[in-house]
Amino acid sequence: MSHLQPEIGAGDHRQGPADAPLQLVEYGDYQCSYCGEAYPAIKAAQQALGDKLAFVFRNFPLPDVHPQAQGAALAAEAAAQQGKFWEMHNALYEHQNQLDDQHLEGFAQRLGLDVERFKRDMQSQAAADKVEADFESGIRSGVNGTPSFFVNGQKFDGNWQGQGLLEFLQQQ
Amino acid sequence: MLEAGTPAPDFELPSALDHTQKLSDLRGKRVVLAFYPNDWSPVCSDQLALYSQALPLFEKHNAQLLGLSVDSRFCHQAFVDDRHLHFPLLADFEPKGAVAKRYDVYDEAGGTSQRALFVLDEQGVIRWAYVSPNEVNPGADGILEALEKLDGDGGQP
Repeated sequence: MSHLQPEIGAGDHRQGPADAPLQLVEYGDYQCSYCGEAYPAIKAAQQALGDKLAFVFRNFPLPDVHPQAQGAALAAEAAAQQGKFWEMHNALYEHQNQLDDQHLEGFAQRLGLDVERFKRDMQSQAAADKVEADFESGIRSGVNGTPSFFVNGQKFDGNWQGQGLLEFLQQQ
Repeated sequence: MLEAGTPAPDFELPSALDHTQKLSDLRGKRVVLAFYPNDWSPVCSDQLALYSQALPLFEKHNAQLLGLSVDSRFCHQAFVDDRHLHFPLLADFEPKGAVAKRYDVYDEAGGTSQRALFVLDEQGVIRWAYVSPNEVNPGADGILEALEKLDGDGGQP
């Protein structure tokens, strides 16, 4: 069975305690509708499990299928430069049909980011490298579509839809 | 399925890009052969889109990716255009599945090839082979591992 490579590290965006007993990693694409469906399922799991769950998001954009996925991933990484990764992540999944540059800048503005810096950071090598490194780690880990989940390092191929993800986590 | 260590049977097949591809013309490069059942089927579409996006990772290891199915070249062309794939799809169409049969990955009951992966070294020898259940997208981790192992071996069989 495929396992997560590399393990969760300092470069990752994480919610929840680093030493939580349940470590959930999602490889996701901001324009992918299934990832949009997973977004509330993850929120529900976080709410139900509290400090028992750590959640990490890694970028896995497929821009040939989703032309705005790469820009959205860069926007999240650029927001991270100003400490607002999760706020941007939420905005992207809550407005999946508004991922053009104009809307991305609008999200940045609404989140109180320095918009000029945000636009520069979106074009930066650092943001591109982070998205590429996430993608490569996904390929290496056996990601075969989005969303792909890993629980405590092991790929979870079961049904995550509806209550599936939470129920699986609760059984661990 | 032909096993690792077997010389890969040569073939020449029409590709979507209005020319033919002869396997032995790629000597000196590593080759990844991705046999899949059909254009347009959901699992294949995900698998091939993933591979298209992962091409730079394969190219880092001097590998050329070729997709093969029993669909015709016109079907391949439409599929490539629709899904924006950046690698050739070869039509194992006439006689149907002849190349898949030579690699022993033909599904007689379904009338298509199986979902099979082969990694060939620079000399055209199969160094890694894998058949995935039809409904399972195998991802690309096995391919990447096989290519990295070849790097470690210095490319020598």
